[in-house]
Amino acid sequence: MLGYAFRRLLQAIPTLLVLVTLAFFMIRLAPGGPFDAEKSLPPEIQANLDRKYHLDEPLWQQYLRYLGDLARGDLGPSFQYPDYSVNELIASGFPVSAQLGAGALALALVLGLLLGSLAALRQNRFSDHAVMALAMTGISIPNFVLAPLLILAFSVHLGWLPAGGWEGNRFSHALLPTLTLALPLVAYIARLQRGSLIEVLRSPAIRTARAKGLPEYLVIGRHALKPALLPVVSFLGPAAAGVLTGSVVIEQIFGIPGLGRHFVQGALNRDYTLVLGVVIFYGALIVLFNFLVDLLYAWLDPKVRYR
Amino acid sequence: MTTPPPGRSLWNDARHRLLRNRAAVAALVVLGLIVVLVIAGPWLSPWQLDDIDWDHISTPPALEGSHWFGTDAVGRDLFVRTLHGGRISLLVGLVATAVSLVIGVTWGAVAGYLGGRIDSLMMRIVDVLYAMPFLFFVILLMVFFGRDILLIFVAIGAVNWLDMARIVRGQTLSLRRREFVEAAVVGGQSTARILLRHIVPNLLGVVAVYVTLTIPQVILVESFLSFLGLGVQEPATSWGALVNEGAQDMESAPWSLLFPAGFLAATLFCFNFIGDGLRDALDPRDR
Repeated sequence: MLGYAFRRLLQAIPTLLVLVTLAFFMIRLAPGGPFDAEKSLPPEIQANLDRKYHLDEPLWQQYLRYLGDLARGDLGPSFQYPDYSVNELIASGFPVSAQLGAGALALALVLGLLLGSLAALRQNRFSDHAVMALAMTGISIPNFVLAPLLILAFSVHLGWLPAGGWEGNRFSHALLPTLTLALPLVAYIARLQRGSLIEVLRSPAIRTARAKGLPEYLVIGRHALKPALLPVVSFLGPAAAGVLTGSVVIEQIFGIPGLGRHFVQGALNRDYTLVLGVVIFYGALIVLFNFLVDLLYAWLDPKVRYR
Repeated sequence: MTTPPPGRSLWNDARHRLLRNRAAVAALVVLGLIVVLVIAGPWLSPWQLDDIDWDHISTPPALEGSHWFGTDAVGRDLFVRTLHGGRISLLVGLVATAVSLVIGVTWGAVAGYLGGRIDSLMMRIVDVLYAMPFLFFVILLMVFFGRDILLIFVAIGAVNWLDMARIVRGQTLSLRRREFVEAAVVGGQSTARILLRHIVPNLLGVVAVYVTLTIPQVILVESFLSFLGLGVQEPATSWGALVNEGAQDMESAPWSLLFPAGFLAATLFCFNFIGDGLRDALDPRDR
């Protein structure tokens, strides 16, 4: 297991390198610089600015410098907010986004697994059809459509919940954004879990368990649920990526001061270093998450470890 | 002498199964209506995409008069804008899916057919790219290279081919050991010809299912970008951009949110139902 973990960790290195390289050169190849303001700066000031941010060096030197800084965990200064480093901006936004994302992921897992298992155990009956219809709705209604509709219903008309903002751990502020972020994932997880549980329930192992005379709750609880979880576990990687991208738009709609808002603002303001930093941070997060998911998968399914 | 009973090809079977699936058929009909409306609808209205009706600003939908879906906060006709937005959304869906189809099928078929080191290298590249936060790269592209509609097509398509490549490769691996492929090899056909004439046609079933499920994803990505203000540019519009505008004054003018949102959701519903139906029809394990 340890050897497997080490091999997987090694594989993550080229992925991260490709990520950083792609993002860095994509930004540097783009036309227009960070200081292309409406009013052009005097050449001396422009030169000074360039020197300060090392924009006067050849590209490969800037790239190596960036890699070196990155290795020390330094993402550089923000171009738009000169008083802040990108690290500080990420550190201020990430806890909020993490809280939102973790909440949504946990909610999606609990609801999705429950609904999916329910549907599989009641296949082709009313509750199955109801769950699948709900899942189809969750997949087909994008969360940026759902969010304004929920705000319209619960905040504007009923006045039960705040329409936006974020105050520490206030549950009322977190409820709507967490729900809208979780809903598409609930739908995907429920469909996956239903499909895989139905397939497992037809397998010879389950027939054997039943033939031994085990009570149904043990057949399902001990023999069916664990193998049925595998597809859902491997979906966790994409799910985490989905939560990250989803939170960008959810934070925008609900006015939540998280990392996603920084990203969109940075992108609209052409704050190169901030955007680059956030993309790399997100990418590293996804790589890390995929690594953990792989470990979990290998732990659940010994076949993977020895391949 | 009796005539042989008519053969039942995979596609015949599939069509029968699909037509018996009521949800999929209903979705096909609704989608057809949406497509016709989106193409022909704007001509029915006296208004143009960016005409401003100063006498009717933010008016609710009404059947009398000419603003059937109402107007937005600057007095533009929402019927025309919603349908124009639909043209863009559907077009992006089709073109970007086509881009991902071409890249994905070529990549997957070549990797699967050639096998060996080339295969592992090609699939390793897919693995690495798969771990990238691609939507963020698309946003970067939009920001740094300008919000060009052509770029949206290519960027989204270039992001979405990875799944297609994986699926196609898996299918090709099982195809290349089949007798008809061996016969073609023995017959001295070139690799390119074998891929084109023998492998790719046999991938169509899987690809068809995947294409119908990719289109809604692509439409979703475009709407997501437009919603953030990073997609299509004024005066052109798309459902995502309209939902964004609608969400801003939904309290005073809920119709400006509901019409584009309804069209977007209905279209995504239809594609998903058709995709599910196709999958069940072409791969009839009962789920």
